[in-house]
Amino acid sequence: MVEIRRSQDSFRGISSICPWKSHSRDGSSAKEMDETVSEFFRRTILKIPLTEMMTILKTWNFLSENQLQTVNFRQRKESLVQDLVLLCEENRASLNDAALLDIIYTQFHRHQKVWDVFQMSKGPGEDTDLFDMEQFKSSFKKILKRALKNVTVSFRDAEENAVWIRIAWGTQYRKPNQYKPAYVVYYSQTPYAFTSSSQLKSNLPLLGQTFETHNSTTPLQERSLGLDINMDSRIIHENKTEKERVQRVTQEIFGDYPQPRLEFAQYKLETKFKSDLNGGILAEREEPLRCLVKFSSPHLLEALKSLAPAGIADAPLSPLLTCIPNKGMNYFKIRDK
Amino acid sequence: MSVLRPLDKLPGLNTATILLVGTEDALLQQLAEAMLKEDCTSELKVHLAKSLPLPSNVNRPRIDLIVFVVNLHSKHSLRNVEESLHHVDAAFFLGKVSFLATGAGRENHCSIHRNTVTKLAHTYRSPLLFCDLEIEDFRATMAQRLVRMLQICAGHVPSVSALNLLSLLQNSENPSLEDL
Repeated sequence: MVEIRRSQDSFRGISSICPWKSHSRDGSSAKEMDETVSEFFRRTILKIPLTEMMTILKTWNFLSENQLQTVNFRQRKESLVQDLVLLCEENRASLNDAALLDIIYTQFHRHQKVWDVFQMSKGPGEDTDLFDMEQFKSSFKKILKRALKNVTVSFRDAEENAVWIRIAWGTQYRKPNQYKPAYVVYYSQTPYAFTSSSQLKSNLPLLGQTFETHNSTTPLQERSLGLDINMDSRIIHENKTEKERVQRVTQEIFGDYPQPRLEFAQYKLETKFKSDLNGGILAEREEPLRCLVKFSSPHLLEALKSLAPAGIADAPLSPLLTCIPNKGMNYFKIRDK
Repeated sequence: MSVLRPLDKLPGLNTATILLVGTEDALLQQLAEAMLKEDCTSELKVHLAKSLPLPSNVNRPRIDLIVFVVNLHSKHSLRNVEESLHHVDAAFFLGKVSFLATGAGRENHCSIHRNTVTKLAHTYRSPLLFCDLEIEDFRATMAQRLVRMLQICAGHVPSVSALNLLSLLQNSENPSLEDL
Protein backbone atom coordinates (compact mmCIF):
# COMPACT_ATOMS: atom_id res chain seq x y z
CA MET A 1 0.00 0.00 0.00
CA VAL A 2 1.30 3.40 -0.84
CA GLU A 3 0.92 5.88 2.02
CA ILE A 4 -0.64 9.15 1.12
CA ARG A 5 1.78 11.96 1.75
CA ARG A 6 0.74 15.56 2.07
CA SER A 7 2.85 17.04 -0.64
CA GLN A 8 3.16 17.11 -4.39
CA ASP A 9 3.59 13.39 -4.11
CA SER A 10 0.07 12.92 -2.92
CA PHE A 11 -1.28 13.44 -6.41
CA ARG A 12 0.86 10.60 -7.67
CA GLY A 13 0.09 8.52 -4.59
CA ILE A 14 -3.63 8.57 -5.28
CA SER A 15 -3.29 7.57 -8.89
CA SER A 16 -1.24 4.53 -8.08
CA ILE A 17 -4.03 3.18 -5.85
CA CYS A 18 -6.79 4.04 -8.24
CA PRO A 19 -5.57 3.32 -11.73
CA TRP A 20 -8.88 4.09 -13.35
CA LYS A 21 -8.79 7.73 -12.34
CA SER A 22 -8.15 9.80 -15.42
CA HIS A 23 -4.85 11.10 -14.26
CA SER A 24 -3.73 13.57 -16.85
CA ARG A 25 -0.60 11.90 -18.07
CA ASP A 26 0.26 14.67 -20.38
CA GLY A 27 -0.33 17.43 -17.85
CA SER A 28 -2.26 19.52 -20.32
CA SER A 29 -5.18 20.15 -18.01
CA ALA A 30 -2.97 20.93 -15.03
CA LYS A 31 -2.20 24.57 -14.38
CA GLU A 32 1.50 23.86 -14.28
CA MET A 33 3.38 21.16 -16.06
CA ASP A 34 3.43 17.94 -14.11
CA GLU A 35 6.63 17.60 -12.13
CA THR A 36 7.40 14.22 -13.69
CA VAL A 37 7.00 15.62 -17.19
CA SER A 38 9.20 18.54 -16.28
CA GLU A 39 11.84 16.18 -14.93
CA PHE A 40 11.56 14.08 -18.08
CA PHE A 41 12.17 17.18 -20.17
CA ARG A 42 15.14 18.11 -18.03
CA ARG A 43 16.73 14.71 -18.33
CA THR A 44 16.05 14.39 -22.05
CA ILE A 45 17.51 17.79 -22.87
CA LEU A 46 20.47 17.11 -20.59
CA LYS A 47 21.33 14.03 -22.68
CA ILE A 48 21.76 16.13 -25.82
CA PRO A 49 25.39 17.09 -26.46
CA LEU A 50 25.91 20.85 -26.68
CA THR A 51 27.16 20.54 -30.26
CA GLU A 52 23.85 19.03 -31.34
CA MET A 53 21.58 21.14 -29.15
CA MET A 54 20.52 23.72 -31.72
CA THR A 55 20.06 21.19 -34.51
CA ILE A 56 17.90 18.92 -32.40
CA LEU A 57 15.81 21.75 -30.96
CA LYS A 58 15.21 23.10 -34.47
CA THR A 59 14.23 19.65 -35.73
CA TRP A 60 11.83 19.35 -32.81
CA ASN A 61 10.32 22.67 -33.80
CA PHE A 62 8.44 23.10 -30.54
CA LEU A 63 10.18 26.22 -29.25
CA SER A 64 9.91 29.16 -31.58
CA GLU A 65 12.82 31.03 -33.12
CA ASN A 66 12.13 33.98 -30.86
CA GLN A 67 12.13 31.83 -27.78
CA LEU A 68 15.37 30.14 -28.76
CA GLN A 69 16.96 33.53 -29.30
CA THR A 70 16.25 34.52 -25.71
CA VAL A 71 18.36 31.66 -24.44
CA ASN A 72 22.08 31.93 -23.89
CA PHE A 73 23.56 28.80 -25.41
CA ARG A 74 27.01 29.51 -24.13
CA GLN A 75 26.23 29.19 -20.45
CA ARG A 76 26.86 26.13 -18.31
CA LYS A 77 24.84 23.18 -19.51
CA GLU A 78 22.78 22.82 -16.31
CA SER A 79 21.67 26.44 -16.51
CA LEU A 80 20.96 26.15 -20.22
CA VAL A 81 18.82 23.09 -19.61
CA GLN A 82 16.95 24.91 -16.84
CA ASP A 83 16.19 27.80 -19.17
CA LEU A 84 14.97 25.45 -21.88
CA VAL A 85 12.73 23.55 -19.48
CA LEU A 86 11.19 26.84 -18.33
CA LEU A 87 10.43 27.68 -21.96
CA CYS A 88 8.80 24.28 -22.39
CA GLU A 89 6.65 24.96 -19.35
CA GLU A 90 5.65 28.32 -20.80
CA ASN A 91 4.50 26.55 -23.92
CA ARG A 92 2.58 24.04 -21.84
CA ALA A 93 4.58 21.20 -23.27
CA SER A 94 2.95 17.84 -22.86
CA LEU A 95 4.36 14.39 -22.33
CA ASN A 96 3.84 13.73 -26.01
CA ASP A 97 6.04 16.67 -26.90
CA ALA A 98 8.72 15.31 -24.61
CA ALA A 99 8.36 11.87 -26.16
CA LEU A 100 8.80 13.41 -29.59
CA LEU A 101 12.00 15.11 -28.46
CA ASP A 102 13.20 11.76 -27.15
CA ILE A 103 12.51 10.16 -30.53
CA ILE A 104 14.48 12.87 -32.31
CA TYR A 105 17.40 12.42 -29.92
CA THR A 106 17.33 8.69 -30.56
CA GLN A 107 17.20 9.20 -34.32
CA PHE A 108 20.35 11.27 -34.08
CA HIS A 109 21.95 8.59 -31.91
CA ARG A 110 20.51 5.49 -33.50
CA HIS A 111 23.91 3.93 -33.88
CA GLN A 112 24.29 3.81 -30.13
CA LYS A 113 21.44 1.38 -29.81
CA VAL A 114 21.35 -2.32 -30.54
CA TRP A 115 18.60 -3.17 -32.99
CA ASP A 116 16.84 -6.45 -33.68
CA VAL A 117 15.28 -7.03 -37.05
CA PHE A 118 12.00 -8.77 -37.57
CA GLN A 119 10.66 -9.94 -40.86
CA MET A 120 6.96 -10.35 -41.17
CA SER A 121 5.53 -13.04 -43.36
CA LYS A 122 2.08 -13.33 -44.74
CA GLY A 123 -0.04 -16.21 -43.63
CA PRO A 124 -1.56 -18.36 -46.36
CA GLY A 125 -4.60 -16.91 -48.00
CA GLU A 126 -4.14 -13.38 -46.73
CA ASP A 127 -4.74 -10.50 -49.07
CA THR A 128 -2.40 -7.65 -49.68
CA ASP A 129 -4.06 -4.62 -48.23
CA LEU A 130 -3.20 -1.14 -49.25
CA PHE A 131 -1.18 0.47 -46.51
CA ASP A 132 -2.40 3.64 -44.86
CA MET A 133 0.06 5.23 -42.46
CA GLU A 134 -2.46 7.13 -40.36
CA GLN A 135 -4.68 4.11 -40.00
CA PHE A 136 -1.70 2.02 -39.00
CA LYS A 137 -0.67 4.50 -36.34
CA SER A 138 -4.10 4.81 -34.81
CA SER A 139 -4.79 1.10 -34.67
CA PHE A 140 -1.28 0.37 -33.39
CA LYS A 141 -1.87 2.78 -30.53
CA LYS A 142 -5.33 1.40 -29.85
CA ILE A 143 -4.17 -2.19 -29.66
CA LEU A 144 -1.38 -1.39 -27.25
CA LYS A 145 -3.55 0.75 -25.04
CA ARG A 146 -6.21 -1.90 -24.90
CA ALA A 147 -3.71 -4.51 -23.85
CA LEU A 148 -1.81 -2.40 -21.34
CA LYS A 149 -3.46 0.42 -19.52
CA ASN A 150 -0.30 2.31 -18.82
CA VAL A 151 1.60 2.88 -21.99
CA THR A 152 2.81 5.94 -23.88
CA VAL A 153 2.92 5.57 -27.63
CA SER A 154 4.39 8.26 -29.87
CA PHE A 155 5.09 8.36 -33.59
CA ARG A 156 7.40 10.27 -35.86
CA ASP A 157 7.52 9.85 -39.60
CA ALA A 158 10.91 9.45 -41.20
CA GLU A 159 12.41 9.02 -44.64
CA GLU A 160 11.36 6.35 -47.10
CA ASN A 161 7.95 5.52 -45.70
CA ALA A 162 9.42 4.72 -42.32
CA VAL A 163 7.82 5.48 -38.99
CA TRP A 164 9.57 5.64 -35.65
CA ILE A 165 7.43 4.42 -32.77
CA ARG A 166 8.36 5.10 -29.19
CA ILE A 167 6.72 2.99 -26.50
CA ALA A 168 7.10 3.65 -22.82
CA TRP A 169 5.89 0.66 -20.83
CA GLY A 170 4.09 0.70 -17.54
CA THR A 171 2.25 -1.98 -15.67
CA GLN A 172 -1.30 -2.18 -14.51
CA TYR A 173 -0.52 -0.14 -11.45
CA ARG A 174 2.49 1.86 -12.48
CA LYS A 175 2.80 4.76 -14.86
CA PRO A 176 4.93 4.21 -17.91
CA ASN A 177 8.64 4.40 -17.29
CA GLN A 178 9.71 7.15 -19.68
CA TYR A 179 13.36 6.42 -19.14
CA LYS A 180 13.41 2.94 -20.61
CA PRO A 181 11.33 3.18 -23.74
CA ALA A 182 11.31 0.72 -26.57
CA TYR A 183 11.67 1.86 -30.16
CA VAL A 184 10.24 0.29 -33.25
CA VAL A 185 11.17 1.50 -36.69
CA TYR A 186 8.83 0.19 -39.32
CA TYR A 187 9.41 0.60 -43.03
CA SER A 188 5.89 0.39 -44.31
CA GLN A 189 6.74 -0.72 -47.84
CA THR A 190 8.71 -3.67 -46.54
CA PRO A 191 8.08 -6.60 -44.22
CA TYR A 192 10.81 -5.45 -41.89
CA ALA A 193 10.65 -3.82 -38.51
CA PHE A 194 13.54 -2.89 -36.25
CA THR A 195 13.18 -2.90 -32.52
CA SER A 196 15.33 -1.73 -29.70
CA SER A 197 14.29 -2.06 -26.11
CA SER A 198 16.03 -1.32 -22.86
CA GLN A 199 14.04 -3.88 -20.95
CA LEU A 200 10.84 -5.86 -20.87
CA LYS A 201 11.58 -8.18 -23.74
CA SER A 202 8.37 -9.91 -22.73
CA ASN A 203 6.46 -7.18 -24.50
CA LEU A 204 7.88 -8.10 -27.87
CA PRO A 205 5.21 -10.72 -28.70
CA LEU A 206 2.62 -8.04 -28.10
CA LEU A 207 4.37 -5.80 -30.57
CA GLY A 208 4.36 -8.65 -33.01
CA GLN A 209 0.63 -8.98 -32.69
CA THR A 210 0.03 -5.31 -33.33
CA PHE A 211 1.80 -5.71 -36.63
CA GLU A 212 -0.32 -8.58 -37.79
CA THR A 213 -2.90 -6.58 -39.62
CA HIS A 214 -0.39 -4.34 -41.26
CA ASN A 215 2.26 -6.46 -42.85
CA SER A 216 3.12 -5.82 -46.42
CA THR A 217 4.50 -8.07 -49.08
CA THR A 218 5.60 -5.31 -51.38
CA PRO A 219 9.12 -6.16 -52.42
CA LEU A 220 11.90 -3.87 -51.28
CA GLN A 221 12.30 -0.95 -53.60
CA GLU A 222 15.20 -1.53 -55.84
CA ARG A 223 17.95 0.93 -55.57
CA SER A 224 20.93 0.95 -57.76
CA LEU A 225 24.06 2.79 -56.75
CA GLY A 226 25.20 3.41 -60.25
CA LEU A 227 28.58 4.73 -61.19
CA ASP A 228 28.75 8.41 -61.84
CA ILE A 229 29.87 8.10 -65.45
CA ASN A 230 31.28 11.36 -66.66
CA MET A 231 29.30 13.51 -68.99
CA ASP A 232 32.21 14.74 -71.06
CA SER A 233 32.39 12.69 -74.23
CA ARG A 234 36.05 13.47 -74.70
CA ILE A 235 36.85 11.19 -71.77
CA ILE A 236 36.68 7.55 -72.72
CA HIS A 237 36.81 4.74 -70.21
CA GLU A 238 38.62 1.84 -71.78
CA ASN A 239 37.74 -0.67 -69.11
CA LYS A 240 34.03 -0.05 -68.88
CA THR A 241 33.20 -3.75 -68.83
CA GLU A 242 35.69 -4.33 -66.06
CA LYS A 243 34.27 -1.45 -64.06
CA GLU A 244 30.80 -2.86 -64.48
CA ARG A 245 31.99 -6.27 -63.40
CA VAL A 246 33.57 -4.82 -60.28
CA GLN A 247 30.40 -2.90 -59.52
CA ARG A 248 28.30 -6.02 -59.99
CA VAL A 249 30.54 -8.20 -57.83
CA THR A 250 30.62 -5.56 -55.10
CA GLN A 251 26.87 -5.29 -55.19
CA GLU A 252 26.48 -9.07 -55.00
CA ILE A 253 28.68 -9.27 -51.96
CA PHE A 254 27.70 -6.14 -50.09
CA GLY A 255 24.19 -5.38 -51.31
CA ASP A 256 22.75 -1.99 -52.14
CA TYR A 257 22.12 -0.60 -48.71
CA PRO A 258 24.49 0.93 -46.19
CA GLN A 259 26.56 -1.56 -44.26
CA PRO A 260 26.23 -2.19 -40.53
CA ARG A 261 28.49 0.10 -38.63
CA LEU A 262 31.62 -1.65 -37.50
CA GLU A 263 34.77 -0.03 -36.26
CA PHE A 264 37.38 -2.71 -36.32
CA ALA A 265 38.24 -6.24 -37.31
CA GLN A 266 41.17 -8.27 -36.06
CA TYR A 267 42.91 -11.23 -37.63
CA LYS A 268 45.38 -13.43 -35.77
CA LEU A 269 47.49 -15.69 -37.89
CA GLU A 270 49.44 -18.65 -36.60
CA THR A 271 51.37 -20.65 -39.08
CA LYS A 272 54.49 -22.69 -39.31
CA PHE A 273 57.13 -21.49 -41.70
CA LYS A 274 56.96 -23.26 -45.06
CA SER A 275 59.84 -23.28 -47.46
CA ASP A 276 60.70 -24.98 -50.71
CA LEU A 277 64.36 -24.86 -49.87
CA ASN A 278 65.68 -27.61 -47.69
CA GLY A 279 66.89 -26.50 -44.34
CA GLY A 280 67.22 -22.95 -43.26
CA ILE A 281 66.84 -21.68 -39.73
CA LEU A 282 63.16 -20.91 -39.92
CA ALA A 283 62.20 -24.24 -41.46
CA GLU A 284 63.28 -26.12 -38.35
CA ARG A 285 61.44 -23.84 -36.00
CA GLU A 286 58.84 -25.60 -33.90
CA GLU A 287 57.07 -22.53 -32.70
CA PRO A 288 54.57 -21.21 -35.24
CA LEU A 289 54.96 -17.70 -36.54
CA ARG A 290 52.37 -15.29 -35.24
CA CYS A 291 50.97 -12.25 -36.90
CA LEU A 292 48.24 -9.82 -35.95
CA VAL A 293 46.45 -7.52 -38.36
CA LYS A 294 43.91 -5.06 -37.13
CA PHE A 295 41.70 -2.97 -39.37
CA SER A 296 40.06 0.06 -37.89
CA SER A 297 37.88 2.70 -39.44
CA PRO A 298 34.95 4.92 -38.51
CA HIS A 299 32.91 2.71 -40.80
CA LEU A 300 34.91 -0.39 -41.66
CA LEU A 301 32.42 -2.27 -43.82
CA GLU A 302 31.64 0.74 -46.00
CA ALA A 303 35.37 1.25 -46.43
CA LEU A 304 35.81 -2.38 -47.52
CA LYS A 305 32.87 -2.05 -49.89
CA SER A 306 34.50 0.95 -51.58
CA LEU A 307 37.92 -0.69 -52.02
CA ALA A 308 37.28 -2.44 -55.33
CA PRO A 309 35.30 0.36 -57.02
CA ALA A 310 38.04 2.79 -56.02
CA GLY A 311 40.64 0.60 -57.67
CA ILE A 312 42.54 0.00 -54.45
CA ALA A 313 41.87 -3.73 -54.43
CA ASP A 314 40.71 -6.35 -56.87
CA ALA A 315 37.19 -7.65 -56.83
CA PRO A 316 36.11 -9.99 -55.35
CA LEU A 317 37.71 -9.18 -52.04
CA SER A 318 39.16 -11.86 -49.86
CA PRO A 319 36.41 -13.89 -48.17
CA LEU A 320 38.16 -13.22 -44.88
CA LEU A 321 36.98 -9.63 -45.19
CA THR A 322 33.59 -10.18 -46.77
CA CYS A 323 32.44 -12.88 -44.37
CA ILE A 324 32.22 -10.46 -41.44
CA PRO A 325 28.48 -9.68 -41.66
CA ASN A 326 27.55 -13.27 -42.51
CA LYS A 327 29.47 -14.83 -39.69
CA GLY A 328 28.72 -12.04 -37.29
CA MET A 329 32.35 -12.11 -36.18
CA ASN A 330 35.09 -9.60 -36.31
CA TYR A 331 37.79 -11.45 -34.44
CA PHE A 332 39.42 -14.19 -36.45
CA LYS A 333 42.09 -16.78 -35.68
CA ILE A 334 43.63 -18.30 -38.73
CA ARG A 335 45.58 -21.49 -38.21
CA ASP A 336 47.18 -24.08 -40.42
CA LYS A 337 44.81 -26.84 -41.42
CA MET B 1 47.41 -6.99 -81.22
CA SER B 2 47.85 -6.57 -77.54
CA VAL B 3 50.83 -4.28 -77.77
CA LEU B 4 50.37 -0.56 -78.16
CA ARG B 5 52.34 0.90 -80.99
CA PRO B 6 52.84 4.60 -81.51
CA LEU B 7 52.63 4.84 -85.23
CA ASP B 8 50.27 2.10 -86.28
CA LYS B 9 47.45 4.51 -87.03
CA LEU B 10 47.04 7.71 -88.91
CA PRO B 11 46.62 10.78 -86.76
CA GLY B 12 43.25 12.49 -86.57
CA LEU B 13 43.01 16.04 -87.83
CA ASN B 14 44.21 18.38 -85.10
CA THR B 15 43.50 15.66 -82.54
CA ALA B 16 45.73 14.78 -79.63
CA THR B 17 44.95 11.71 -77.56
CA ILE B 18 46.39 10.88 -74.18
CA LEU B 19 46.03 7.57 -72.39
CA LEU B 20 46.08 7.61 -68.60
CA VAL B 21 46.78 4.24 -67.04
CA GLY B 22 46.24 3.69 -63.33
CA THR B 23 44.18 1.70 -60.83
CA GLU B 24 42.47 4.59 -59.11
CA ASP B 25 39.74 5.63 -61.42
CA ALA B 26 38.58 8.62 -59.41
CA LEU B 27 42.00 10.27 -59.60
CA LEU B 28 42.30 9.64 -63.32
CA GLN B 29 38.85 11.02 -63.89
CA GLN B 30 39.64 14.19 -62.02
CA LEU B 31 42.91 14.65 -63.87
CA ALA B 32 41.14 14.12 -67.18
CA GLU B 33 38.55 16.74 -66.33
CA ALA B 34 41.26 19.19 -65.29
CA MET B 35 43.05 18.66 -68.59
CA LEU B 36 39.93 19.24 -70.62
CA LYS B 37 39.36 22.54 -68.86
CA GLU B 38 42.54 23.90 -70.41
CA ASP B 39 42.34 26.19 -73.39
CA CYS B 40 43.93 24.32 -76.21
CA THR B 41 44.06 24.76 -79.93
CA SER B 42 44.14 21.01 -80.42
CA GLU B 43 41.17 18.79 -79.94
CA LEU B 44 41.91 16.75 -76.87
CA LYS B 45 40.80 13.24 -76.11
CA VAL B 46 41.51 11.46 -72.85
CA HIS B 47 41.35 7.70 -72.53
CA LEU B 48 41.33 6.17 -69.10
CA ALA B 49 42.39 2.61 -68.50
CA LYS B 50 42.91 0.58 -65.40
CA SER B 51 45.61 -1.52 -67.02
CA LEU B 52 47.00 -2.74 -70.30
CA PRO B 53 46.37 -4.43 -72.62
CA LEU B 54 43.43 -2.40 -73.79
CA PRO B 55 40.35 -4.23 -75.00
CA SER B 56 40.78 -5.10 -78.64
CA ASN B 57 38.14 -4.70 -81.33
CA VAL B 58 37.62 -1.14 -80.26
CA ASN B 59 38.00 1.70 -82.66
CA ARG B 60 40.25 4.16 -80.97
CA PRO B 61 42.36 7.02 -82.22
CA ARG B 62 46.14 6.99 -82.30
CA ILE B 63 47.56 7.44 -78.85
CA ASP B 64 50.10 10.24 -78.65
CA LEU B 65 51.13 10.07 -75.02
CA ILE B 66 50.79 7.45 -72.30
CA VAL B 67 50.97 8.47 -68.67
CA PHE B 68 51.31 5.72 -66.11
CA VAL B 69 49.93 6.85 -62.77
CA VAL B 70 51.35 5.26 -59.64
CA ASN B 71 49.90 5.95 -56.22
CA LEU B 72 52.77 5.82 -53.75
CA HIS B 73 50.29 4.70 -51.09
CA SER B 74 49.46 1.52 -52.94
CA LYS B 75 51.75 -1.33 -53.94
CA HIS B 76 48.81 -2.61 -55.94
CA SER B 77 48.98 0.42 -58.22
CA LEU B 78 52.71 -0.01 -58.79
CA ARG B 79 52.37 -3.68 -59.63
CA ASN B 80 49.58 -2.85 -62.02
CA VAL B 81 51.74 -0.33 -63.87
CA GLU B 82 54.71 -2.73 -64.01
CA GLU B 83 52.57 -5.38 -65.62
CA SER B 84 50.96 -2.96 -68.04
CA LEU B 85 54.35 -1.76 -69.26
CA HIS B 86 54.90 -5.13 -70.95
CA HIS B 87 52.14 -4.31 -73.38
CA VAL B 88 53.73 -1.18 -74.74
CA ASP B 89 55.94 -1.27 -77.80
CA ALA B 90 59.52 -0.07 -77.32
CA ALA B 91 59.01 2.75 -79.81
CA PHE B 92 56.65 4.45 -77.41
CA PHE B 93 59.50 5.08 -75.02
CA LEU B 94 60.99 7.67 -77.32
CA GLY B 95 59.33 10.50 -75.52
CA LYS B 96 55.72 9.31 -75.64
CA VAL B 97 55.57 7.74 -72.22
CA SER B 98 55.68 9.45 -68.87
CA PHE B 99 55.27 8.34 -65.28
CA LEU B 100 53.27 10.24 -62.71
CA ALA B 101 53.62 9.52 -59.01
CA THR B 102 50.96 10.77 -56.64
CA GLY B 103 50.71 10.75 -52.88
CA ALA B 104 54.25 11.81 -52.03
CA GLY B 105 52.92 14.63 -49.88
CA ARG B 106 51.52 12.26 -47.27
CA GLU B 107 54.69 10.46 -46.43
CA ASN B 108 53.33 8.37 -43.59
CA HIS B 109 50.86 6.77 -45.99
CA CYS B 110 53.51 5.88 -48.56
CA SER B 111 54.27 2.22 -48.91
CA ILE B 112 56.40 2.68 -52.00
CA HIS B 113 59.70 4.44 -51.76
CA ARG B 114 60.38 7.36 -54.10
CA ASN B 115 63.47 5.58 -55.37
CA THR B 116 61.38 2.67 -56.58
CA VAL B 117 59.46 4.79 -59.04
CA THR B 118 62.55 6.78 -59.91
CA LYS B 119 64.32 3.55 -60.85
CA LEU B 120 61.32 2.39 -62.83
CA ALA B 121 61.23 5.61 -64.84
CA HIS B 122 64.96 5.42 -65.35
CA THR B 123 64.73 1.84 -66.60
CA TYR B 124 62.24 2.92 -69.22
CA ARG B 125 64.15 6.10 -70.03
CA SER B 126 61.06 8.17 -69.45
CA PRO B 127 60.36 11.26 -67.39
CA LEU B 128 58.86 11.00 -63.94
CA LEU B 129 56.52 13.66 -62.64
CA PHE B 130 55.40 14.05 -59.05
CA CYS B 131 52.03 15.51 -58.26
CA ASP B 132 49.51 15.05 -55.46
CA LEU B 133 46.49 14.57 -57.65
CA GLU B 134 44.13 14.88 -54.71
CA ILE B 135 44.95 18.54 -54.32
CA GLU B 136 43.04 20.61 -56.80
CA ASP B 137 45.64 23.29 -57.42
CA PHE B 138 48.48 20.84 -57.97
CA ARG B 139 46.26 18.80 -60.20
CA ALA B 140 45.40 21.84 -62.32
CA THR B 141 49.06 22.73 -62.76
CA MET B 142 49.91 19.16 -63.70
CA ALA B 143 47.03 19.14 -66.14
CA GLN B 144 48.47 22.19 -67.86
CA ARG B 145 51.85 20.51 -68.14
CA LEU B 146 50.37 17.34 -69.52
CA VAL B 147 48.35 19.22 -72.12
CA ARG B 148 51.52 20.95 -73.29
CA MET B 149 53.43 17.65 -73.40
CA LEU B 150 50.55 16.05 -75.25
CA GLN B 151 50.51 18.72 -77.90
CA ILE B 152 54.23 18.25 -78.48
CA CYS B 153 53.89 14.47 -78.66
CA ALA B 154 51.06 14.81 -81.16
CA GLY B 155 53.27 16.99 -83.30
CA HIS B 156 51.14 20.08 -82.90
CA VAL B 157 53.95 22.31 -81.72
CA PRO B 158 56.17 23.37 -84.59
CA SER B 159 59.82 22.39 -84.42
CA VAL B 160 59.52 20.49 -81.15
CA SER B 161 59.15 16.75 -81.24
CA ALA B 162 58.56 14.20 -78.53
CA LEU B 163 62.19 13.18 -78.72
CA ASN B 164 63.36 16.78 -78.32
CA LEU B 165 61.21 17.09 -75.26
CA LEU B 166 62.56 13.88 -73.85
CA SER B 167 66.17 14.96 -74.13
CA LEU B 168 65.29 18.33 -72.62
CA LEU B 169 63.64 16.66 -69.63
CA GLN B 170 66.42 14.13 -69.18
CA ASN B 171 69.13 16.76 -69.08
CA SER B 172 67.59 18.32 -66.01
CA GLU B 173 67.61 15.04 -64.13
CA ASN B 174 69.69 14.66 -61.03
CA PRO B 175 73.06 13.26 -62.15
CA SER B 176 73.27 11.03 -59.07
CA LEU B 177 70.55 8.93 -60.64
CA GLU B 178 73.30 6.90 -62.28
CA ASP B 179 74.50 5.84 -58.86
CA LEU B 180 71.22 4.17 -57.96
